[in-house]
Amino acid sequence: MLDFNGKSALITGGSRGLGGALALRLSAEGAKVVLVARHKAELDEVVSEVRKNGGTAFGVVADVGDKESVYPIAGQAAALAGPIDILINNASTLGPVPLRLIPDTDCEDFERALQVNTIGPFRLIKAVVGSMVLRQTGVIVNISSDAAVEPYPSWGVYGASKAALDHLTRIAALELDDTSVRFLSVDPGEMNTRMHADAMPDADPASLQDPAVIAEKIMMMIQQSDRTGQSDQSSQSSWIANGSRLIASEWRMPYESGARASR
Amino acid sequence: MEHLPDHLRSGDLLVVNDAATLPASLRGRDGKNNQVEIRLMAQLDERVWQAVALGAGDWRTPTENRPAPPRLRKDEEIQIAANFRARVRGEDRLSGRLLDLEFNLSGEELWRNLYQYGKPVQYSYLDDELKLWSAQNIYSSRPWAVEMPSAGHALSWRLLLKLIRKGVQIVPLTHGAGLSSTGDINIDRALPLAEKFEIPPITMEAVRRTRASGGRVIAVGTSVVRALESASLGPGRFTSLKLGPGYERKTVDGLLTGTHDVSESHYQLLRAFLPENILAGVSRHLEEQDYLTHEFGDLCLILPV
Repeated sequence: MLDFNGKSALITGGSRGLGGALALRLSAEGAKVVLVARHKAELDEVVSEVRKNGGTAFGVVADVGDKESVYPIAGQAAALAGPIDILINNASTLGPVPLRLIPDTDCEDFERALQVNTIGPFRLIKAVVGSMVLRQTGVIVNISSDAAVEPYPSWGVYGASKAALDHLTRIAALELDDTSVRFLSVDPGEMNTRMHADAMPDADPASLQDPAVIAEKIMMMIQQSDRTGQSDQSSQSSWIANGSRLIASEWRMPYESGARASR
Repeated sequence: MEHLPDHLRSGDLLVVNDAATLPASLRGRDGKNNQVEIRLMAQLDERVWQAVALGAGDWRTPTENRPAPPRLRKDEEIQIAANFRARVRGEDRLSGRLLDLEFNLSGEELWRNLYQYGKPVQYSYLDDELKLWSAQNIYSSRPWAVEMPSAGHALSWRLLLKLIRKGVQIVPLTHGAGLSSTGDINIDRALPLAEKFEIPPITMEAVRRTRASGGRVIAVGTSVVRALESASLGPGRFTSLKLGPGYERKTVDGLLTGTHDVSESHYQLLRAFLPENILAGVSRHLEEQDYLTHEFGDLCLILPV
């Protein structure tokens, strides 16, 4: 099972919500975290919080939806923290809020959502996965949503972009199934984050999950899926199947009821 | 390139240089407002880089025809952007254009500014400006190379996975390949200068096992030869090893490489693999058949028979 100590983790959307929670938890386990976000002030806050707790964090100010940013992100991250072992594509955009019906959606807004939610993750995967294959270690987590599966009215732009990301995850996992690199899609469920408040301002925060709890579950998923140093790379039921779509609310810690997974 | 798997066999080991190419070319102004281009060579310390200075003009002029840079004296500052500058700490005895520069920034701020203001070193034989993404290999990782380790440019994952499935192991090392030419004859004659490298344990172990079991160790690019042969001579983070005729290789059996001009240090390195008469014959053949040279050109595979 993966030991996070000394590993290098690249987390997009790292300045708040689930990304920020993952940064705090992973760094507490000894991982060097590189956080990507558009706004420097918010990013600096999380980076200083990690450092205050004795962890190692670096901030990269960039927009994952911008093609020109991808190699600068990957290059800065590897320069600062070393070759990337864990990539978490967590940054997303809902598109314009309040959410709109598809016929009310501007073409440009859908294009922008695809750039941030689907093509950005694809580009970052492309930039780091080759080194992972050759170094025989690596886990890539793409943060998904139940909107990728359920056709919720007014969630068209977001849902379609996440559905495409899920499918990209499954295909990339299959293509690289006999390497040590593992891919996961994770539906984190409804969390008490700014993004959720933007989408559903009337929701009762008390009914929502704490991102820190979800971050903990995602770390368990990463550990369970990791295949570093395993001579037999073929998928077996004792591990999470490569390319699985995992639902955080249904996930039980292994000591609770065993991992649930399906491709 | 599609036929590469036909020439390699199960038990062979392919070693690649996974250094990403950093945007090593920066433009600035000296204290008298003269244009200066600096091309980074190697990071020596947290804020200190070895660099070569070039004068006015841009990459469309071949490096060797570029005007000389203004004379840069110790403690002179080169302003790159409002809050990004480099101070001359000293010059190398090889040339007044080979400098140790100390940046006013370090850590993430330095990297952020390098990626914001730097561009990859350009090539005058290309029609268009080389973008950062075009200067990367498909397995690039830490940005230690100031020019692309270009022997890997023609590889694809389709090809690499085919090789892996055939039983050819592929492992990385990281070698901070320096500039291939600087336009200064004294520096160019001394190339390659000391370069930083790191070989991960899985690669050292794979090399050991391959040699023990009679497989061939094949380097992708001359930087990989330099790193592996240096490692066989003892531990170290920088190498000044120069390979040429008469050098007895201790680790590397074969080489996938671009085609090189007789004047280049890369060509001298090839003489550690092939006798001069064969190498000259190959060069003649490449010229007659109009093979493409330079970074994005054709490749040669040299294997022991």
